[in-house]
Parts: sequence; structure tokens; C-alpha cells
Amino acid sequence: MNKIRTDLLLCGGTNCRSSGTDEIKKALETELRKHRLDQEIRVIETGCNGFCAIGPVMLVQPDGIFYQKLTKEDIPLLVEEHFLKGRPLKKLFYKEPASAETIPELNDIPFYARQRLIVLRNRGVIDPENIEEYIGRDGYLGAGKALLEMTPEEIVDEIKKSGLRGRGGAGFPTGFKWEFAGKAEGDIKYVLCNADEGDPGAFMDRSVLEADPHAVLEGMIIAARAIGAGKGYIYCRAEYPLAVKRLTIAIDHARERGLLGNDILGSGFDFDLEIYQGAGAFVCGEETALIQSIEGKRGMPRPRPPFPAQQGLWNKPTVLNNVETYANVAQIITNGSEWFSAIGTEKSKGTKVFALTGDVNNIGLVEVPMGTTLRTIIYEIGAGISGKQKFKAVQLGGPSGGCVPEAFLDTPVDYESIAKVGAIMGSGGMIVMDNRTCMVDMARFFMDFIQEESCGKCTPCREGTIRMLEILEKITRGNGEPGDIELLEELSGMIKDSALCGLGQTGPNPVLSTLKYFRDEYEAHIVEKRCPAKQCPCLLEFEVDIQACKKCGKCFKACPVQAISWQKKEPAHIDKTKCIKCMSCFSACPFDAIF
Amino acid sequence: MAKLTIEDLKKIRENARKATSLRSGEVTVKITVHMGTCGIAAGARECMNALLEELAQTDRQDIRIMNAGCMGMCSSEPNVTVELEGQPPVIYQHMDGNKTRQVFKRHVLKGEVQTDFALARIKET
Repeated sequence: MNKIRTDLLLCGGTNCRSSGTDEIKKALETELRKHRLDQEIRVIETGCNGFCAIGPVMLVQPDGIFYQKLTKEDIPLLVEEHFLKGRPLKKLFYKEPASAETIPELNDIPFYARQRLIVLRNRGVIDPENIEEYIGRDGYLGAGKALLEMTPEEIVDEIKKSGLRGRGGAGFPTGFKWEFAGKAEGDIKYVLCNADEGDPGAFMDRSVLEADPHAVLEGMIIAARAIGAGKGYIYCRAEYPLAVKRLTIAIDHARERGLLGNDILGSGFDFDLEIYQGAGAFVCGEETALIQSIEGKRGMPRPRPPFPAQQGLWNKPTVLNNVETYANVAQIITNGSEWFSAIGTEKSKGTKVFALTGDVNNIGLVEVPMGTTLRTIIYEIGAGISGKQKFKAVQLGGPSGGCVPEAFLDTPVDYESIAKVGAIMGSGGMIVMDNRTCMVDMARFFMDFIQEESCGKCTPCREGTIRMLEILEKITRGNGEPGDIELLEELSGMIKDSALCGLGQTGPNPVLSTLKYFRDEYEAHIVEKRCPAKQCPCLLEFEVDIQACKKCGKCFKACPVQAISWQKKEPAHIDKTKCIKCMSCFSACPFDAIF
Repeated sequence: MAKLTIEDLKKIRENARKATSLRSGEVTVKITVHMGTCGIAAGARECMNALLEELAQTDRQDIRIMNAGCMGMCSSEPNVTVELEGQPPVIYQHMDGNKTRQVFKRHVLKGEVQTDFALARIKET
């Protein structure tokens, strides 16, 4: 039998699959067979590689060549040129957006070079549906060490010393959580994994589950050992079919090999896992609501205390951690707490995964050490703002978070520093916005989301958020009145103080943080009836600046409703009664003569 | 399937490492078969097959076999370049399956450059 000489690591994350990974894989296999290369070149579908903006992507090893934006039409040429004749195909190389320079090798691309991978260390390297490849990367050795060489107290101590904090958003020290649950009385205990990722724009947990499901299982086995739990659930939303599929395969493989079930690795310790699919309610990301949902009840939060560590699932002591938190655990046990605590800042240890999206060039999944500045993430890894626009703000932490304006871009990402500038670390959504974003409209969007997702159990959240949404809608429609801003602030304070759970308590944050940094935009909407970013259609009126107009007629051609009259050598004119404010003429004008 | 012990786990790890060594791990020998149109026409495929068969018989994880385009000296094809870590690359000319096997066994595994087939040694500039 011949030896494999090349591995083609094709990204099979949800993002790349949606742009055609399946077809490309089939085309690759057909072409390789045609050239009789299928015995020496192997196609492997990996989890999310992280660089979603340029998908589908493929890494060729051992060459290290990285191809982007593949289509099935490219494949015959690619196979013939690169794999048959050894000439890497330049037209599919990555191009640096700023310099338009082509970079053939993955390790030279700034997007990858600036990252430090712990949670995502196996992304794009292993086949997530093959347990042996995970074991080949030291998989389950952490669980082996925890089960065979350490006492539960030692595990808790090691996690405490590492300084690991919950990656779901609040940042509670994981070791302490485990200690409380470990000391709580009761012979039945549970370990839960929160994979109910619901923030708009966030896809960290999904990518971890798709790229490296065993890392999460291993973290849960170690947690179970630490607190003495015999049973665990992964609460994963049903909207993540690929994550559920790969988790199911991972659990089956682990069970077949005795890494789940009775007497794991001959240690005498029993633990088994089940997936519970959530129906996608945002509130079920809240721990007490999640527990209710697994119990088969309607997903609604309940007051704490008692905390789940004392009375959780079926009133038994329960540990609930986020996907990303568990994905750190096995590596802390394998490499030791000192290794982990050497990374990051004084109070925030390790790394954080962010889903970088919005108006930035390199959209994707990035993992950086705590303490990296927002500027580094957005400008070096993200390669800056797309097009000719300017940076306006970055939204962190989804509907519970806030936005950070340009002045605070040098803030390091750690739990405390981010909170100080009025946002939260959150689960890791990072939405970059350029100067075309209306901040009032953005606040309205998040309030709409919160009001839709409010479970309705407590009055401040149920009634308060809908009132806030009404005021924001009024402002964006141009009917804002003096006093509206003050009313928003009063309502925000009230909801924050009196809502039952995290959803309500943090719900007004987007409004408060935009008010803090962009109050002038609210005032422009209310007083001047003007939307500075030109996003609120009710407040727009377009006119042609006769001086600036070069009489080119581009606006005339762009207008879909013939509201613009124009003739050669004559400036254009907009009929406001016909104008539907679609902004086509505004974006078509090369001279900024339409305003 | 039988239950794993920690020893089984380590065994699986070693095997899986071998199977995935292309993606990471150390590289000390790089063998390049020049497979432009001229190289393929002159019989580079035979050299590649020979190399892959030879590699499969060894237990080495640090050898990478790659293909590359034409070097520009089409009359000397098939060319094979062998690059041992810390040594200047050696280009072989007019190769066939048997010569390639000999180069693999002597040069790659034992470090003896086969001067009879060699075209040139590339000097570091």
C-alpha cells in the first residue's frame, strides 16, 4: 500500500458548507480519481477553520498552501495544476485587503498569525467525526490524568489555580463553581453544558462543537469527576443541526470505546452524557431557565438563590458551564494550571474566542489571549473596515452588552476593562459597525430582540422592554419628543434593578451605552428630525447639490421609481413626492452631490 | 468494541499521530518530484510512485514528498530534488523508478549523495 503524500483539509463548518463544501468535496474526489491521485492524496473535512469571510477554504498539507473562495468549477484546474503538476494555483490564494498582496501560506496570513489557539487548537486540523484523530492530538489524556492520578479536590484546586472564568459572559470563576457543587450534599449530581448560543452575530460555541466536539465531552468528564456527578446533559439548540450531528457521533464513539459509561478507563468512575435539544428560546441560555427546560417545563428563569450548585436540575446539585469553558478544561489538566495562568492578564486568564462580524474585512472566528486590545483584533486580525468607510463603534456581548466607540479602541479585552467602558465581555460576539450605522436604530434592533425573547414571567422585563421599544421606534420615525431620552434612562434603570434574570437586567445595556457615547445622535433624531447616518427612512429627504453635481446621470439610472429627472448637460432633480428613500441615488453618486 | 485503558489510549494516540503526521510534526527530509508537463511526459509519475512505495515501507514520519512544477531544464527531466535538513538541496536528473529507489535508500535514509545521477547541488545564496 502506498503512503499518503498530501492531506487536503477542507473546511466543513456551517459557514463554508453553506457556500458549497459538499459539492467541492465531491468534485475533488472525482478529479483526484480521474488523475489516479486518490491513493496518495486524501480529502478531509474539518470543522470551522475560522476564516469564514473567504470560505470555502482549504489548507494543503504538508505544503502549507491555503486556498480561499473555492467553487466547484475551480476544482478540475486546481487538481491538475497543483496536485498533478505541482504548481500552486495563484488565483485562489488569499489576498490581503489593504495591500492586495497575495499570500500563499496560511502561517503568513495576519488573520492567523496573530491568534493564540487553546480552545480552537484542533480547528481545521482534525476530522471532528474521527475520535482517533482527536486522540492523536493528546485527546482524552487530560481525562485519563484526572480520573487515574488526581482526587476530585485536586482537580478543583487545579482549575481554581488556573484562574479559568466562565466563558458564557458573566465570568464567574469556574473552580469555585465546581467547589460549591462538589461540597453540596447529595449522591446524585449533574453536569450540564450550555450550548444554547443565542446572541445575534455569535457563533463561537457552534464552531467549537462542529470542529472539536470531543474537547467539550472531555471537559465535562473531568467536571463530573470533580463534583462526583454520574450524568450530564448538553443543552444544544436545535438550530445547530451540524453541531448536534457531530456531538451525537462523538458521544457514540466515546461510548463505544468506554470513554463514557461505566468504569471509564478502568478508573471505576461512571459518567454518561445525553444531548437535549432546545427549541431556540433566547431565555433558555439563562441557567435556571435552561434547567427548567431540560426538566420538561416551560423555559422560564426562577429567582436565585438557591443557586444551581446547591439545587439545580431536579433539585440536585448541578454544575452548568459554557461550551468554551469546557473546551479549556482538558488542556489545563494536561498542561498544568501554571501554563494556563501564564496567558492573559492578572484577573482574566487564558484566551477568548470572538466571533468577529459586521463591517470588517476579515469576518471569522478568532481566538486571542486576554488583554489583546480591541484595535489589534479589529485592525490587525480583522484587517480594518471594509470599503472606504470609517470605524464608528464595536458592539460587544450582544443584546446584553454595549458598544465601544473609537476613543476606547485601545481597551484590552478582559472582563474588568470591558465592563469599565460600558460593554461586557459576553459570550464573544463582536460586531463592528462603520459610519453608516445609526446607533438609535441599532439600539432599537436589540430592544426589539429582547422584547421578543422576554419570557414574560416578570413585569419589568415584559412591560418595560416593550415600552422602551415603543419610544425607540417613535424616535426613529421622527416623532421623538423632548423628554424621551430621560424616560428611556429612567426605564432602563428600573428594569435593570428589578428584572428577575440576566436577560432583563442586561437588556437595557445597548440603549444605555449608545446614550452614553452617541447621545448627540439621539438628539439629532429628536430635535433636528435628522438621522446622521442616513439609516432611518422616515427622517430622510434627498436633494441634489447643483454645485457639486457633474451631470453624469448615474443617479437617474439608479432610481427604481423614476423620481429623478435628468438630461445630458443638465443637473439632476429629485421629485420628493415620488422618492421612496431607497438610497440608490445616494450610493450611486460618485461626487457626494446627493445628500 | 472493548473498553479502553490508558495504555490503549496511548497506543491509539501514536497510531493516529502517524496517520496525521502530514499536518504537523517535524520535517527533516523534503523530496520534490518535478512534475511539469515535461516531467510527466518523461516519466516523473514512475518516480513518484516509487517514492511513495519506498516511504510506505519505512517507519519515518519526518519525510515529506511533494510535487512541484518544471524547473526550466526540460531536457534533464525527470528531476527529483532531495533536501536533507541542514544540507543544500541536491537535484537528480534523468530519473526512473529504479534510480529513485536507489536515491531514497542511499541518500534519503543513509545520507550518501548519489553523484552518478546528480545534476547539481543548489548553493545557498
